[in-house]
This record gives sequence, C-alpha cells and structure tokens, in this order.
Amino acid sequence: MEIQNMSKDEEIEKLLESVKNITSKKSDWEFKDSFKPQYTTGKGLSRKVVEEISDIKNEPDWMRRIRLKALEIFEAKPVPTWGPDLSGIDWENISYYNKPGDSNTNSWEDVPEMIKDTFEKLGIPEMEQKYLAGSVAQYESEGVYHSLRKVWEDKGVVFMDLDSAIREHPDLVKQYFCKAVPITDNKFAALNGAVWSGGSFLYVPKGVHIDMPLQTYFRMNNEGTGQFEHTIVVADEGSSVHYIEGCTAPRWDKNSLHSAIVEIYVNRNAKARYTSVQNWSKSVYNMPTKRAWVEENGQMEWVGGSLGSKVTMLYPSSYLRGPHASASNLNISLAGPGTVKDTGAKALHFAPYTTSKIVAKSISIEDGKAIYRGLLRINKGAIESKSHVQCDALLINDESASYTFPHDEIYEPTATFGHEASVGKIGTEELTYLRSRGLSEDEASSMIVLGFLDDVMREIPMEFAIEMNRLIKMEMSKMGAVG
Amino acid sequence: MTELIIKNLSAKVEGKEILKDVNLTIRGGEIHALMGPNGAGKSTLGNVLIGHPNYEITGGSIKLDGVELVGKYPEERARAGLYLAFQSPVAIPGVKLSAFLRTAYKNLHPEEKLSVNDFYKLVSSHLKKVGLDESFMSRSVNDGFSGGERKRLEILQMVILRPKIIILDEIDSGLDVDALGLISDEILQFFNDQTAFLIVTHYQRILKRIDPQFVHVLMNGKIAREGDRELALRIENEGYDWIRGN
Repeated sequence: MEIQNMSKDEEIEKLLESVKNITSKKSDWEFKDSFKPQYTTGKGLSRKVVEEISDIKNEPDWMRRIRLKALEIFEAKPVPTWGPDLSGIDWENISYYNKPGDSNTNSWEDVPEMIKDTFEKLGIPEMEQKYLAGSVAQYESEGVYHSLRKVWEDKGVVFMDLDSAIREHPDLVKQYFCKAVPITDNKFAALNGAVWSGGSFLYVPKGVHIDMPLQTYFRMNNEGTGQFEHTIVVADEGSSVHYIEGCTAPRWDKNSLHSAIVEIYVNRNAKARYTSVQNWSKSVYNMPTKRAWVEENGQMEWVGGSLGSKVTMLYPSSYLRGPHASASNLNISLAGPGTVKDTGAKALHFAPYTTSKIVAKSISIEDGKAIYRGLLRINKGAIESKSHVQCDALLINDESASYTFPHDEIYEPTATFGHEASVGKIGTEELTYLRSRGLSEDEASSMIVLGFLDDVMREIPMEFAIEMNRLIKMEMSKMGAVG
Repeated sequence: MTELIIKNLSAKVEGKEILKDVNLTIRGGEIHALMGPNGAGKSTLGNVLIGHPNYEITGGSIKLDGVELVGKYPEERARAGLYLAFQSPVAIPGVKLSAFLRTAYKNLHPEEKLSVNDFYKLVSSHLKKVGLDESFMSRSVNDGFSGGERKRLEILQMVILRPKIIILDEIDSGLDVDALGLISDEILQFFNDQTAFLIVTHYQRILKRIDPQFVHVLMNGKIAREGDRELALRIENEGYDWIRGN
C-alpha cells in the first residue's frame, strides 16, 4: 500500500474535522470602525491633489516629477474595455489620499487605539509574534506600524513602508522604483504612480536566507476611498525570502478602488516567494499590477488567493531575464455571487533554459464569473525553455460560469509548452451521491472543495484553505443549498 | 429483524406526480425484483427512498426498522442502513475514492476503529473481487470510469459500507457476461438474513443469477402486479401489455 496515499487521506480527514466547526456566520473581518482620517485630499483627482500628496510627504523632487508625469499618462489612457465592466468605478467620488494619523511606529502601543483594535481583531500582532520575521501594517493610505526582528536587521535586511524607505534609503529605492512596472504600463499603474502612498520596501542582502515570512497587512476602512500602495521586494544575489500580503475591507454601498503596484527583483541565484491573500469586500475594485524580474538561476514563486472584491483584474507576471531562471504561479480565485475574477498570469521567457509553471484554480458560485486570462511568450533564442499551464474550474450550481483565455506567443522552436484544463461541479447530484453514502452536506461539499485544491494544498497556508471553505459555505447557505 | 415498510407512498418530480400510493414491504433475507416499462417510476422510487432533494414526497411513509425516514436527510437514511446503487453514478472530480470511502465508513460505523492500514487492505481485497485494480483507490470517484467500472464501484461501496436494505438500480446494464458474474457473486456473498435486496431490472440475466422470491411490477407509478419468479419470466416472454390490459 502506498504510505503517501494513506497519510494524505488522514490529512484530508483532519481538514474535514477542522472545517466542521466553521459556521456560516458573518465574516470576522467585515466589521467597520468609525475612525476618521486625520487628513484627506477629499474627493476627486487633479494636479493639485497630486502636488498636495507630494507636499505632505515632503518627498524628493524626482518623486514629485514621476507623480506628475504619471498623472498625465493616467489621464491620457482610456479605461480598458477588453475585460470586465469597470463602469462602476466612480472616479470623481473617490478620495485618493487619506492619512490616518501622524505616527508610524514600531510599537503597537503607539498605534492609535481604534486602529490598533482593528489590527488586533484581525489577529495581526499575534501572528507577528508567532510566525513572522517582520511586519508592516497599513491603514488607508499610510503605514501605521512596522517591525523587523533584530537578527535580520543586523544582517542588513530592510523592511519598512515605502515612504519611510525613501527617506532612509533613497538611493536603494531609486534603483528599483518603477523599473519592472513603469508608469506607462497601464492606466492603473499610471494612477498608482500619481497617487501612490504606503506599501512596503523589503531588501534582502546578498546571501541572506530569511527563514520566517515577512508580512504586510492592508486595511481599507472608509467608504469611497482608494488605496494605492507600492511595494518593492528585492532578493539580492543568492538570498531567499518569503513575503506575504493580506488585505481586507468592510463592505460599503459606495465602491472603493484598490490599485497597487508590486515589483519583485529576484537577482542571480536568489529565491523569492510572494503570497497574497486578498479578501476585499464586495464594494472594492481590485486592479493591481504585479511583476517580477528574475535573473540567472533565480526562482520566483507567486502564490495568490483572490477571495473577495467586486471585480479583480490581476495577472502577476514573471520576466525570466537570465538563463535557468524559473517562475511558478499558483492562483486560486473565488468568484462569489455578483463578482468577477479576471485573473491569470504572464510568463515571458527572454533567456535560454527558463521554465514557468502556471496553475490557476477558480471556484464560481451562483452568477459569479471566473475568468482565466494568461500570456505566455517564449522569445526566439530562449532555447529549450519550458512552460506548463493548468487551469481548473469548480462550478457551484448551474448558473456559474468559467472562461479561459490563454494567449501563447512561441517564437523559439526548441521550446516546449503544454496546457491542461478541467471543470468540476458541486451540484445537487454530486452532493446527493456523497450524502447517500453517509456524508453530511458539510462534509460532502468540503470534500469536493478540498479535493479541488488537493494538488496545491501543500503550497497554500492552511488558514487559507479553511477561509475558502468557510466563504463557500457562507455563499451556499445564502442560496439555500445548505440545510 | 431488518424491515423496510413503504406505505401509500406518493411523490412528485418537478411538479409532476410520478409515484402514486406505492406499498412494498422488504424484510431481511429477502430478494425482490422491481420491473416495469420505461418511465414507470422505478428509478424515482430509489431516489425517493434515499431522500434525493429533487423528489418531493407528497404522502405516505417509509419506515426502516420502525423508524420513519420521510423528512430525513440522505445521510440519516444511509445511517439507518439504506443504500442505492445508482443507475448512472455521477463523477466527482477531485474527491479521491479512498478518502471518500473512509469518511463514509467512519460515519456509518463509528464504533469500529479500523486503522487506515487495515481499511486499505479491506478495500483493496474487495477491489480485486469486483475486478478493479488497486490504482482505483487513488482515483477520483467515478471520474473517467467506464460505465461498467462505475457499476463495479457501486458494489464495492456496498460491500465496504455494509447497508441493510440495498436497491440495485439496473446494476446489470453496461456489464458484460463476465463482469455480471463477478458482481453477482459479490452480491450473493454479501446477502444474508439481515440484508435485503430490491433489484430494479428489465432483464432475466441477472435474475437467473440472483433469484428473487418476490417480483413487483411498477406501471404509471403504481404497483400493478405482484408475484414470484414466474411473473418475471412471463414479462420476459410477453412484455407488459397483458398487465396493462387488466
């Protein structure tokens, strides 16, 4: 008998046990607090607003010029129409910059009481103590807290919000800022360039291996706001690092906009893993641009969970720039009722012997729409490069929909690539079959969801699998499918 | 003493009445055959008995060992000892057979503390008996299975889960002669005075191997005639018209 098989079954049993007690209650993170920002640029966007943000931050001139240039590009570029409907973004009524308070501290004690409460409810300080090498917390537009364990600080690791990094390490930041994602990249990247605020800067020096993850947590609280953080992760030669992002917001009637830039630089022989779990409320348009430059023999791993938001358009891309560079991309999307997940990945092979692997899994509930949109390009000269794309969809009931739009450009004859796709379903027939063998409805649906995630279970945090399960159950109970 | 008593059972599917006043009693140690023309309501009866949510019971009762099953969830009926071998078992991608079977087994027999290892041995020995190899254990339930493999798997599950009242809905369709032989042997070996079968079929070939004491004919949602083995033979030779004629 295969030992591996058996232990896996036991694992599934344990998972089933752990999800049994999850009730379909309102989500823990959907609470609102009544904190009012200390300063806001008010509704709408103009040159004046951009200058105001720059003034408040008292930033160097080169940054101010980038902002103003980016604003012009943003204004010139049309709203993309090739994807989901974005007409619900109320550009005029968004407040683009909201400063929570004065302090950005490395002690939770100094964080304003109400904001501290919020992060405590989300379990951030506790996580930091247990699992993290460092932690940054952002509330609305600004980082309010950052910390890094001394052992890493002593080795030259830099981890703080980007605003602080520009003040404390201007030359280091300037070397990387908007290199992988130029402000000309797309309308939302340009918007970020103009009004960016917050985000993290993480620099791991040559040869340093950080064995615990570092995390940034983003919280939006007020209605009709925008969050535009810019994050830069640099894994210098031969180093390794795991960086995690989490995001939540309460639900409002007025739509909010989240448009981030994430740039990751994986230098020679380095390894970076970027995990993000996005659980925005259903009033948020989530339009980030995320990209990694991977140099010779570097390894980039993207792990993403898109659970929330009204519309998400997200295609983390890997530019494989040096020989033997590799990228893997695992994305799990949950499209709840009335939401659209237009997600995927891009892998661009510029150098020989580069490899990419993309696994995209989506779950659609009711009229939720999950779309895989991907780009694979293997340039001439990227000899013997390899790529594999796998798209799996799980539909919950009959109206759910899933679409796949892969786009391949292969210019190198020695390259190899493959695509796989599958569609599964949690319908009445499937549930009844399992229940007729003695499984409860909960067990039956959990088993299908866990089975669907089985091949990636080891790659994703356990809490994530459980949260996913909880959200699915919550949505299913709303449709009356759960007894 | 195992006893399933169906009394005046009526049921609807999508607003249409399919079963009308069905009465049927099945006891441990008995083998019953249920026959009838296409669309008579045979599969509906199976689905109604296990509590399929698409079927609405409009009247009557289903008692297993004195316990009323009407209004109970499918899993509660399974725990009471009811089992349906589906006519067309649905594929469930991602749900691994071994994990599913073990969860089902633990739910149905919580008092038996079989180790993972022993459970695997048990399943793999029965896999062989129904003509499936061990690799099926790590495959998804019915996913990519041929029609015949699905039928074999229904019987395997029955043997492992040990229900009391078993409905076999056209278990013989899609099986070749050899496979039918294997399956029939497995069924007969499982049969004892605590178990009972309701064999839904159109054909003699399975009834020749598993001899029913009682034969019921369902027509237009009603039990139209009851008898013994002779009734099945007459239907094989003459069809259903003579019953309709009454």
